[in-house]
Amino acid sequence: MNLQTPQFEPQTQVDFVVIGAGAAGGIIAKELSSVGFQVVVLEQGPYLKEKDFDHDEIKNFQQHALVNDWSKQPTTFRKTPNAKARVQPAIIYGRMVGGGNVHFTANYWRFHEIDFIERSKLGTISGTGFDDWPITYAELEPYYTKAEWELGISGEPGPFDPPRSKPYPLPPLPIKSSGALLAKGARKLGWHAQAAPMAIIPQPYRGRSACSHCGFCEGFGCEMKAKSSTLATVIPEAEKTGHCEIRPNSYVRKIETDNAGRATGVIYFDEKKSEVFQRAKAVVLCANGAESARLLLISKSNLFPNGLANSSGLVGKYLMFNAGGFATGVFEHELNEFKSVVVTRIIHDFYDSDPKRGFYGGGGIDMRFDVTPIGFALGGALPRETPRWGADYKKALRDHYTRTVYSFGHTTSLPVERNSISLDPLTKDAWGLPAMRVTYKDHPDDLKIAKFFSDRGKELLEAAGAKKVWAAPVEEQQFGVHLLGTCRMGNDPKRSVVNKYHQAHDVPNLFVCDGSSFVTSGRGQPTCTIQALAYRAADHIARMAKSGEIKSA
Amino acid sequence: MNTEDVSRRLFLIRSLTGVSSAWLALRLPEIISAQEHAHHAAQSEAPTKLEFFSAEQATEIEAVAAQIIPTDDTPGAREARVIYFIDRALTTFDKEKQPQYVKGLRELQVKQKKMFKNSAKFSSLSSDDQIKVLKSIEKSAFFETVRVHTIIGFFADPSYGGNYDKIGWKLIGFQDDFYFKPPFGYYDREYNEAK
Repeated sequence: MNLQTPQFEPQTQVDFVVIGAGAAGGIIAKELSSVGFQVVVLEQGPYLKEKDFDHDEIKNFQQHALVNDWSKQPTTFRKTPNAKARVQPAIIYGRMVGGGNVHFTANYWRFHEIDFIERSKLGTISGTGFDDWPITYAELEPYYTKAEWELGISGEPGPFDPPRSKPYPLPPLPIKSSGALLAKGARKLGWHAQAAPMAIIPQPYRGRSACSHCGFCEGFGCEMKAKSSTLATVIPEAEKTGHCEIRPNSYVRKIETDNAGRATGVIYFDEKKSEVFQRAKAVVLCANGAESARLLLISKSNLFPNGLANSSGLVGKYLMFNAGGFATGVFEHELNEFKSVVVTRIIHDFYDSDPKRGFYGGGGIDMRFDVTPIGFALGGALPRETPRWGADYKKALRDHYTRTVYSFGHTTSLPVERNSISLDPLTKDAWGLPAMRVTYKDHPDDLKIAKFFSDRGKELLEAAGAKKVWAAPVEEQQFGVHLLGTCRMGNDPKRSVVNKYHQAHDVPNLFVCDGSSFVTSGRGQPTCTIQALAYRAADHIARMAKSGEIKSA
Repeated sequence: MNTEDVSRRLFLIRSLTGVSSAWLALRLPEIISAQEHAHHAAQSEAPTKLEFFSAEQATEIEAVAAQIIPTDDTPGAREARVIYFIDRALTTFDKEKQPQYVKGLRELQVKQKKMFKNSAKFSSLSSDDQIKVLKSIEKSAFFETVRVHTIIGFFADPSYGGNYDKIGWKLIGFQDDFYFKPPFGYYDREYNEAK
């Protein structure tokens, strides 16, 4: 524990309470505290450190060491608003200081210029909220650069990349067999392989040590501090300012408002489930694209009967998961994909939506085999005809683990209003709050683009020389990892929840910044854009706070 | 300090090339301690005492597990001591599955006696006959639980009692080393040689 880290009293009106210490919250806390504001960060999960991380599949995957635990925070799911919601795991997110940024795969793609202006270029899509963003790529570019340099991103520009004001701070990580095969297949097909931008450092950077290529990135915390999570980077810097307190194990139950409709602070349960009210001049909500919406809906009052900041009725709506198109291949020789980072080469030839295809959508491709031994043996990636037990099952395990790879097309999801986060009327969480209800059914175009990428994946694996290639049929998703769109940003208060500075249209001293701010889904790698948005939001929030534009209670 | 520790320290120094020695001196203990902590679990002693199963029950479950991942020219579930993993799971994080095992074992015996009139125990049947019995129950919840437990026990961190001597990991070619360096596999070596 840093001795300079302050401990604020709840009755002290601090400048900002930040809810959620993840990819966005960590950055906003650091940016605001480093210009002198007093910041309390409330994080529902624990404060783990590098010494707490290990490679234990049971602890990390079966016992939810780093993520939400459905036994305490149940979710319900239904495909459409008319269907009955059932209790089932429907979303997953990082639940710890650092958030999902700690266990994420570390893919770090910028959005392209087209992502912000697709409606202008392609026109409206009926039955959807397909729209332009209120900001352009050019406006966000300085913050992409800032994120890359402050956090430590490795990469190399590719032929389809948007313009950048500064090169990557770090060179690409060494190529793996998956990357070499992707490059080989792409060359044969006339596509273009490029180095994958990754939030993992190939050499020491800003006091952190280099990646040791242990292979435990996705789903695990990095004990080397080589993954550039907010836990390893900006959160310690925020604490060093002497103005920022990270308060873990703090489960927020309400953003409180006064009669004038201004946020006065935040009520949360501490570790012992006692209620605490932390006063603040302003609140920045960064709880992720599902929990931020749920908390606003829970924070209803006489003045805000439909939930806080919800005069548009759009809080929780337009949920987007991103879709995916897969194909699997087995090769003659060993790839040993269990070593090193998950992805080293990507393809962006099919990034843009092409009207000639007859449907909306686009994406990027990588090759990987991010399957740990238990997950693999339980059947995740074996050929379909493999028996489930016995001598032939054992033989299949032996022959496939080091030789299998799959092509992963990361694709778009259209913003559909009925796809949403809402409050379940029956189920409660372990704190007695309404459980999260997820309603989700992929738009038909989302399934078509996923199938398109599954087909490209088959071609790619065949061109790379796979001995055997197969693909499972594309199915509708019932589980979300990327949580996007539920408090969308926009200029029109009737059609969006926050303005282009992430300020709630209805509550001037409330800001929302995380995946919920997205207007469209991008191509399956949201973290880089979430973090660029966070840097940009922090800049504007600090500016407004200094000029007295944020009227607090 | 065993040889593994030494090699890990050497690696760390190699991997930090380009860093000033002062920086290294400052950070090395912290980095090594983090890595050693992460590595510790995989080194723990496996239990050798059963806490939930009786010896007789353990023999039966072990026979089932040994059909799920059999012993052939390489070791299987039996040699990987999966039975200790299951026993430990049933007394710790999977306690609620205890009744399923008790009931399942009873039903297994009924089935085995019905199919092979004069047989005493499932474990004393020939391998072919054991497979016949298991095929007849392979859709049951009990079999699915034993199947999943056997697989997890075969591949979990050895500190959980199974995957003895990393038998499961060795079978599939997985290594739990905490560092690797290129080339990682055949195709990246080929790629770099062609360049």
